[in-house]
Amino acid sequence: MSEKVLMKGNEAIAEAAIRAGCRHYFGYPITPQTELAAYMAKRMPKIGGTFLQAESEISAINMVYGVAGAGYRVMTSSSSPGVSLKQEGISYIAGADLPALIINVQRGGPGLGGIQPSQSDYFQATKGGGHGDYHLIVLAPASVQEMADLTAHAFDLADKYRMPTMILADGTMGQMMEPVSLPEETTSKVEKPWAVTGTNCEREHNIINSLYLVPEQLEKKNFERFEKYAKVEENEVMYEEYMMDDAEYCIVAFGIAARVSKNAITAARAKGIKVGMIRPITLWPFPKEAIAKAADKVKAFISVELSMGQMIEDIKLAEECRKPVVLCNRTGGMIPDPEQILKTIDTLIGGNN
Amino acid sequence: MVVFDKPKALTDAPLHYCPGCTHGIIHRLVAEAIDELGILGKTVGVAPVGCAVMAYDYFACDMVEAAHGRAPAVATGLKRAMPENVIFTYQGDGDLASIGMAETVHAATRNENITVIFVNNAIYGMTGGQMAPTSLPGQVTQTSPYGRDVKTVGYPIRVCEMLSALDGPELIQRVAVNNVKNVMAAKKAIKKAFQNQIDGKGFSLIEVVSSCPTNWGMTPSNALKWLEENMIPYYPLGVYKDRSAKEVK
Amino acid sequence: MAYTQVLIAGFGGQGILFAGKFLAYKGLLEGKEISWLPSYGPEMRGGTANCSVIISDTPVGSPIVSNPDILMVMNLPSLDKYENAAVAGSKVFVDSTLIERKLTRQDVSAYYIPATKLAQEAGIPTLANMIMIGKMIKETSIVSFDDITDGLKKVVSAKRAELLDLNLKALQMGYNYEG
Repeated sequence: MSEKVLMKGNEAIAEAAIRAGCRHYFGYPITPQTELAAYMAKRMPKIGGTFLQAESEISAINMVYGVAGAGYRVMTSSSSPGVSLKQEGISYIAGADLPALIINVQRGGPGLGGIQPSQSDYFQATKGGGHGDYHLIVLAPASVQEMADLTAHAFDLADKYRMPTMILADGTMGQMMEPVSLPEETTSKVEKPWAVTGTNCEREHNIINSLYLVPEQLEKKNFERFEKYAKVEENEVMYEEYMMDDAEYCIVAFGIAARVSKNAITAARAKGIKVGMIRPITLWPFPKEAIAKAADKVKAFISVELSMGQMIEDIKLAEECRKPVVLCNRTGGMIPDPEQILKTIDTLIGGNN
Repeated sequence: MVVFDKPKALTDAPLHYCPGCTHGIIHRLVAEAIDELGILGKTVGVAPVGCAVMAYDYFACDMVEAAHGRAPAVATGLKRAMPENVIFTYQGDGDLASIGMAETVHAATRNENITVIFVNNAIYGMTGGQMAPTSLPGQVTQTSPYGRDVKTVGYPIRVCEMLSALDGPELIQRVAVNNVKNVMAAKKAIKKAFQNQIDGKGFSLIEVVSSCPTNWGMTPSNALKWLEENMIPYYPLGVYKDRSAKEVK
Repeated sequence: MAYTQVLIAGFGGQGILFAGKFLAYKGLLEGKEISWLPSYGPEMRGGTANCSVIISDTPVGSPIVSNPDILMVMNLPSLDKYENAAVAGSKVFVDSTLIERKLTRQDVSAYYIPATKLAQEAGIPTLANMIMIGKMIKETSIVSFDDITDGLKKVVSAKRAELLDLNLKALQMGYNYEG
């Protein structure tokens, strides 16, 4: 770990990607992730990499598909409306079993929405997003440090499982500055014998493809892919437990919502209310077991989200409706404040007494 | 004496194309160019969505199957990552000139150092004969059952003419495969489009005017006749842009 | 254990975000936990701008400052908007050149600095923000005034070294301002 520097979250992702060996970046301008592309535009030409402003989000993700097929680390970044456009390409990348990193610095929606922070692309990110049976590994940073660390981790996971990964951040995470120790340069090289680097007339041709016209073959391919996903669910779940040892109420929140929730927990505990938090770091795979375990001892869950309530469904599935789960949310670019979270907890306590 | 030999750049997989379809000829021309330039080992092809969707099984080089219209973007990624490799796309008219028009125009204007083989048969073949961006005025298709009415659906797009207005591209040329003479010229043009890439000259697109007997509802020989009488007058053959040739002058 | 929440607000173009960045860097150099969060979007282009800065001995929770311990305002809309948001006992710094009214609250300490006028008179018209910051440091000790140039070096481009001295001058003017 290097000396701490102050960086914007968007810039931390860019620098961490470069240090993870990413030399190819394709994007299209959109707020609030512009600093990321600007950083790449400045740095890539100096280190022999590619920065290309594509003609559209659709082209950008397909350029990513091309580089991923060639076996190189590659990424694109955007914000909600742009990520919707990328869904076609993401589905193809998943269907061709290619590693790639997609960054979504979310803003409010639907439609053109707004430019303020949001978490309302949770469903899109965690349930597939494009057409067909597939998943992304979805990582949700809650600090600039994690913007950097999870970017490096996301590249490793993408290569390990040959699948697309996503950093699901939001406008706050992208725009804020915090001290960050940037990860060291990666030196490890992953063998990719499947890549289309040219046969050199020494092997059968490799084909990067997601087309299987025989349904039995496509089904087999999908079954195999889901066996891989089962391994991801088994091995790659990440979450933080915060003051959960004696907690009677469990907040579940990620990203900026988790940061706000920490303030609420401090305030609640000052009043003698035992609140803790499970902060999913991987949104897919979701920390189901941690939630299920918490359901044994807490009285209720509070899902704090910058959406109309999306993650709350996964919480309910994980704890199998054994305890009440209430939503504390703002949407459209608004952020819940600690007082709103405290009020939600107060209402819960009132309801229990 | 061997009088006919399959190019090394083609696999042994039997082609799925309809009888009389010219895709087989064009595949062969591309494969011969690859063989003759000795680049099979470093070539990566990008297949489209359309009739040539399974081209990845037919070409013996490494292949990528792209989403509909996105081949130039995929090829851009491949070429940027592997500038020493030779990257080509093989696309139809719906793929290149309709859903993928933005990708086509921008790869051309960037003078992306790739080779684009554009097969124009004025129809969507794979999906059963719908109107294409290059279907001729009055042409009857499944989705223009009364003939293409330019008043409501507009005019066909002449891709070579349009792209040659850009400063970017190196070579824009239209050829046809309706007779031996034209096939020979097409071969020469395709080989040049690959040679340009090897020489680092940039974006080279060869439009191949071709036929679709099945969806045009004609015998193969009548289709070639129709091509000559209707397609070529609307899509004149020739070199629309050749930057290096200009520099020589 | 100090956990200080600062809100700086004014017009775009007054160097609001820059002032916050300087505080954040200075805090970082002193080994503090830091967060800096700007308002972003159309505000950057001439509307209102604000930034949240938290300087703390413990890890920063939410980076959003809704109820500041220190409020610095450089236009009237910002004072109107945030006066009641400041916590009781907070310190409020007002550019009195641009804001004619006084605070209505009695439970906060108000400091009125004619920063824009002072900056113009000193020939550094764009550095009213740093005069305000100088005064803020004096009255709150949120960061130390020692090694102040080290903090400036982090935010002033090395290519524009002449600005370093001007920023330093502005900080000192604010720090030494009695009024």
